[in-house]
Amino acid sequence: MKRGVPWLWLAILLPLQAHATQADQVKASHGWIRLLPADLPAAGYVTLDNQGSSAATLVSARSAFYASVMLHQSATDTAGGSSMRMLDRLTIPAHGEVSLAPAGFHLMLQEATHPYKPGQTIDVTLDFADGSHLRVPFMVRPANAPD
Amino acid sequence: MKRARLARLACLFVLGLLLTACQRNDATAPWQLTDISGHMPDLAFALTDDQGKAVTASDYRGKVTLLYFGYTHCPDVCPLTLAHLHVVMQRLDKLADGARILFVSVDPQRDTAEALHAYVTAFDPHIVGLTGSPADIEALTKRYRAAFSREPGKAGGSYEVSHSSGIYIFDASGKARLLATPEDTQDKLVHDLHLLLSPGGAT
Repeated sequence: MKRGVPWLWLAILLPLQAHATQADQVKASHGWIRLLPADLPAAGYVTLDNQGSSAATLVSARSAFYASVMLHQSATDTAGGSSMRMLDRLTIPAHGEVSLAPAGFHLMLQEATHPYKPGQTIDVTLDFADGSHLRVPFMVRPANAPD
Repeated sequence: MKRARLARLACLFVLGLLLTACQRNDATAPWQLTDISGHMPDLAFALTDDQGKAVTASDYRGKVTLLYFGYTHCPDVCPLTLAHLHVVMQRLDKLADGARILFVSVDPQRDTAEALHAYVTAFDPHIVGLTGSPADIEALTKRYRAAFSREPGKAGGSYEVSHSSGIYIFDASGKARLLATPEDTQDKLVHDLHLLLSPGGAT
């Protein structure tokens, strides 16, 4: 009896681990990019909903449309100053949601490789800590789009 | 006596409804933003606008001005603020013609008049981009205690600029009147600008 229990657990957990990658667990919605003129860096926003029972960690992002995509966070200091810092990773807790939204977490997209316009949709690939990837459509919106 | 007071209350109530602007109306202080009258100096500067023309604060006398410091290589917070101000201008409708948003670059090395022009016109026709010598820009930020700093050390020679995110509002005579922070709602901005811009309004 005692010897049988660990085997039973292994039998249950192994298939789960093999199939539920972090990218599988995360549902992305409301992806959009605020497009600025003259190839200025643009910000990308998306809501990430982790439906899995373990945390998912976003470690990088990339797109065929930009030479560089970085994970950033805007912060306001006590003096009312506004600044940005780069993040190495962003963890979405189990059964939790993290929004990349204006004045907070965002993707900074630099050096567009293709010209494109508001109304188009471009793909951004999100890379997770376990090596899994999630391709997310981002709607391109004009500079003055309300959030 | 009592009737007069009732009538006044009724007026205030109707005014409150008309202005829609959330929150309770304080009869003694009409402003919903932070009142800085007498605490900040009058608008004064000598810079270059986004058309490449030399301008001073006196060129904007007669307009209610909103002074905001930012830079074009700022993809998140600056565009958010300018997009909000665009909505505020739309809500003010014709009254917005009496207002100018002065977007002063704290990154004059990269923000030429042409770069600023493309940037501000992407947001709203009431925005004027202003740039100038680093010394002139610094003097203006110091005048309004809007500190900024450069954050060096990024690959590819790029850098970021930390800057004050407040919006300083001046009346048509160039007097400092109100300060809006990013936490202030569009409703508050619309409410107070409506008062400043209305003929015979609070001047």
